[in-house]
Amino acid sequence: MKIKRFQELLGFNILRLCVGAVILILIFILYDIISKGSGIIHWKFLTEAPKNGMTEGGIFPAIVGTFTVTVITALLSIPLGMGCAIYLNEYARDGIFTRIVRMAIRNLSGVPSIVYGLFGVILFVQMMNFGTSILSAGLTLGLMTLPWTITASEEALKNVPKSYREGALALGATKWQAIRTNVLPYAIPGMLTGTILGLSRAAGETAPILFTGAAFFLPYLPKSLFSQFMALPYHLYIMSTQHHAISKVRPIAYGTALVLIALIFIMNISAIMLRYKLRKIKME
Amino acid sequence: MKDIKIRTDNFNFYYGNVHVLKKVSMDIAANKVTGIIGPSGCGKSTFLRSINRMNDTILGARAEGNMMVDGKDIYADDVDVVDIRRKVGMVFQKSNPFPKTIFENVAYGLKINGIKDKYYIQDRVEKSLKDAALWGEVKDRINKNAFELSGGQQQRLCIARALAVDPEVVLMDEPASALDPTATLKIEELIQELKKKYTIVIVTHNMQQAARISDYTAFFMLGELIEYNITSLMFTKPGKKITEDYITGRFG
Repeated sequence: MKIKRFQELLGFNILRLCVGAVILILIFILYDIISKGSGIIHWKFLTEAPKNGMTEGGIFPAIVGTFTVTVITALLSIPLGMGCAIYLNEYARDGIFTRIVRMAIRNLSGVPSIVYGLFGVILFVQMMNFGTSILSAGLTLGLMTLPWTITASEEALKNVPKSYREGALALGATKWQAIRTNVLPYAIPGMLTGTILGLSRAAGETAPILFTGAAFFLPYLPKSLFSQFMALPYHLYIMSTQHHAISKVRPIAYGTALVLIALIFIMNISAIMLRYKLRKIKME
Repeated sequence: MKDIKIRTDNFNFYYGNVHVLKKVSMDIAANKVTGIIGPSGCGKSTFLRSINRMNDTILGARAEGNMMVDGKDIYADDVDVVDIRRKVGMVFQKSNPFPKTIFENVAYGLKINGIKDKYYIQDRVEKSLKDAALWGEVKDRINKNAFELSGGQQQRLCIARALAVDPEVVLMDEPASALDPTATLKIEELIQELKKKYTIVIVTHNMQQAARISDYTAFFMLGELIEYNITSLMFTKPGKKITEDYITGRFG
């Protein structure tokens, strides 16, 4: 009896240790970034361009760049991903073709982001002649997030009970009417939740924008969608590895990291709030 | 039978390779209640759902033979399935109100059928709720969420929703199987009222219920229509041994 109780206690504590370790690592990273980065965060840091060979000034162009690129990413990823998910879940008959499509989508979500970057160079920068630009980078990130958007959207659609569809059909609704009026309204919060999580990952990516539009340093803001841009993750990469005075600009690097994390944190929180709202609607 | 509303002639139904309904031929009378009984898996639900083509949504479903509503084959190529479902309404086994207000639930069918006139919709909603014997219980909270209603009320709401689009036939798939005896009684009384205006076809697991509410009873087994007769005759003088065994509870 005593051995059993000991084993129980041991197992439980090992599991508790796992959770503790994960939380500790997270806290350590956050502490490191906040303690070293918060000192530089200032209104001017957020609203000014880098100055004096990027040793002074702020990161405003990078914030604007990351924000604009994320908007382009969303514009591609949301409609295309949701449309694809609606087709796959509501219209496509389960057959070899749909299974291959689903498998391809799942595999695409595992493709390294640098490969998307190369693909973006060939497709958007060269073939479509968009040049290295916000548009090319945004579209590349859009392609990268598509698998996540599709998968999350399909899950959200699956969560809408079949009886909503049948009930509508039995009243003389066409299939599209049933989907539009009695399925999508209940699936969209869940679809958006998954999409926002995908977007927040895209906003932190460096590799796909490296060849497709991100600039080392620009003294001005991008003028159009065909301009190059500065981006937070790429700026962070430069400040921590490529700069001629790395130790001098360390605080700026930490500040950039903090802003990037805050941005992603805000996006994730809004996703969680959406999901909470969805649950409430479902319970009512 | 005076007025025949639905006539099936050698009707077969398949799910892929599975032959679910075998040469079913029966006439269903207008403005009567026709009960369908039989053991689980006998095809009674499939039969019901093939009268408004709800089985179309199932992969590999296929119909053969004739299924006529008002003398028109509903599986003919030139028939729009949407029209069939407006004419032949359905109430499901598990009540399935939409996560909307009581009013919006009943108005849903009208709106998707293109009706925009607010006053007409209000009238229809009130009338349908009255026909479904629910109006008195909900008239003061018509804009509350339908999930706040009790199980029996939810099922009557689904009946009201089906009635709102003005069908001629109402199919009911074990509508009271999830309800307590009081709520069941209410639904049964309601069905007696409804048959004055509508043709009712009801699948039920409960033999006493079939005996109580239906004018005609059909007994299905293994996809075949075994016996079909006026309910009083069916339950007092069944024509076949197997029918007698089933209705006396020897199997099922």
